[in-house]
Amino acid sequence: MVVMSYAEAAKLAVAEAMRDDPRVWCVGEDLGRGGVFKQYAGLREEFGPDRISDAPISEAAIMGAAFGAAMVGTRPIVEMRFADFALCATDELINQVAKARFMFGGQSRAPMVIRKPMGMWRSSAAQHSQSLEAWYAHIPGLVVVCPSTPQDNYSMMKAAIACDDPVVYLEHKNIWALEGEVDTTAPGDFGKARVRRSGRDVTIVSWSDCANLAESAGAVLAERGIAAEVIDLVSLWPWDKRAVIESVRKTGRLIVAHEAVSVGGFGAEVVASVAQDVAMKVRPRRLGAPRSLVAYAPNLEDQLRVTEEMIAQAAEEMMEAKAA
Amino acid sequence: MSLRNFDAGQALERLTLMERIRAFEEAARHAAVEEGLVLGAIHLSIGQEAVAVGLLESLRRDDYITSTHRGHGHTLVKGADPAAMMKELLGREGGCCGGKGGSMHIADFGVGMLGANGVVSANITIAAGAAHGVKLLGGDQVVVCIFGDGAANRGPFLEGINWAGVFDLPILFVCEDNQYSATTRTSDMTSGDVGARAEALGLPVTRIDGNDVEEMAATSREIIARIRAGGEPEFMHALTYRLDGHTYFDPATYRPEGEAERMQVETCPIARQRDLLGAAGVAAERMDEIAKAARDEMRAALEAAKAAPWPADDTVFDDVQDVGSPAVEAF
Ligand SMILES: Cc1ncc(C[n+]2csc(CCOP(=O)(O)OP(=O)(O)O)c2C)c(N)n1
Ligand SMILES: [Mg+2]
Repeated sequence: MVVMSYAEAAKLAVAEAMRDDPRVWCVGEDLGRGGVFKQYAGLREEFGPDRISDAPISEAAIMGAAFGAAMVGTRPIVEMRFADFALCATDELINQVAKARFMFGGQSRAPMVIRKPMGMWRSSAAQHSQSLEAWYAHIPGLVVVCPSTPQDNYSMMKAAIACDDPVVYLEHKNIWALEGEVDTTAPGDFGKARVRRSGRDVTIVSWSDCANLAESAGAVLAERGIAAEVIDLVSLWPWDKRAVIESVRKTGRLIVAHEAVSVGGFGAEVVASVAQDVAMKVRPRRLGAPRSLVAYAPNLEDQLRVTEEMIAQAAEEMMEAKAA
Repeated sequence: MSLRNFDAGQALERLTLMERIRAFEEAARHAAVEEGLVLGAIHLSIGQEAVAVGLLESLRRDDYITSTHRGHGHTLVKGADPAAMMKELLGREGGCCGGKGGSMHIADFGVGMLGANGVVSANITIAAGAAHGVKLLGGDQVVVCIFGDGAANRGPFLEGINWAGVFDLPILFVCEDNQYSATTRTSDMTSGDVGARAEALGLPVTRIDGNDVEEMAATSREIIARIRAGGEPEFMHALTYRLDGHTYFDPATYRPEGEAERMQVETCPIARQRDLLGAAGVAAERMDEIAKAARDEMRAALEAAKAAPWPADDTVFDDVQDVGSPAVEAF
């Protein structure tokens, strides 16, 4: 076990994979100076400019070219800088990368990791704050990962680089500096949730940085006498439906909490899937942002946030609903 | 027409290849119009065969191309099996893509044909990336990226060509200018000159008569050799003409009256090659035989496709993804 930050954990995974496999390379804007969040710092010194490659501000070409290079036998790690800018490469990802293997009858693969730093941090406003993970979960052909801890950012990055499918890898910008213990021998498993806290009363499902809030909400709830089971999905496609269903069978109560807009969010998918399988004691809840835009001023921005207290309160209300 | 290093044997081979493309597409059109067997839209390259033949004949099997929705000719010249192509058009088992792609997604990775594309211009960045991959892997293959005149008006044109210049990649971009983008005359919707755009991005540009297969072949051979020898990326603007409609069911009535008929006489690359060979003393009967053999070959390909079954139902979830495969969980 080594203590490192969320950013360092992913960097270590990338460096190890690049040492093991000369076909792995990284491409994106400003990578030569370590990337905008320093998540590539020092890698150019070790691997040189061809494998830690700068790119023009051409998101469509970064995605398209990485895809072409993947089809002829390399394994690119594509840096989109901000998830918001990845929208400039939507055709390349959705119409090309995700579909080529199928459309060409299995003749090609797109072994790519597409890194898209997502989510709200402070005062970045509407074009630098989005959480669009549900879009990618909706697209057949893509694997979708939303790690929330240094451990998972290490293990899942390793798994994503080794994967022959295109992996949309959404790191949360708010937690680059978050430190934690990392076991570099722990494998990353797609579709395997982490139970961050066990409990019998209520199941709280989350992912990305919101899973960290859910975990601390679980601690608050424990002080109030409520035993929450907090499940971090880690990957959204595939997602660990079985773990969630088993937990809700036990607790009879389900809350899904995510930073993204509630309407059409992945929380709706989780609730619908569980509701088809499990008769719950009380009606499930989903917590997400209102269907509105992220503002710049902190007081306005805060109105869009799902907080630890909101999660705890929803759980308490559910427990009271049973008593009623 | 240039007679530079004229070699009647090679010229006959080029005629043969052009006749095979024409015959493939006529058989496909027959299957579509008369028999209703081609299920989706097909875009014919009738009148444009000299571009495919002249451009691609000097490529090695392990060189790569990316093509467009109008890609039957490119695919055939690169070496794909016409029966497998026809099966793909009919959506049958044994098609190049197992019946999953159809005409607009035809691909044969075994011969370096990295795919047609249903999205105009999208193949430009992908081709640049294939060349980037070749360079990273230390290979000596050349990539040829073919797109239409309409494709030059989308962003990937700028991004992909700039990319190739920045990374100095082994690639030849070819604008196959048939003068139309669907039902619009491309010049009405294009500001300035397409080749000048590539020049502004720093690429050497060759402007060429795309209906002269001999000129296309000689010039392409030189350019491809330069690129393979470590030269910079290059750009070719090949002027041709789409003798048919945009799709096989488009009567193309938007063209000025008499234009297609006049172009048929003046520019049809097959007629021009026959004239050239005739002037060099090749008998018309010999050339007729070549055309007939091509028609026979492609009719047989069509018969093979008609005899092929639909793909097995249980292939529908194959090749979507390994992790999170719909075969395991689709709902
Ligand atoms: C991005 C995109 N926009 C529109 C279309 C519809 N479309 C298909 S072919 C075509 C015309 C393309 O013209 P050009 O690039 O000159 O190729 P050509 O058809 O002449 O071979 C259009 C508009 C498309 N397939 N993709
Ligand atoms: Mg055109």
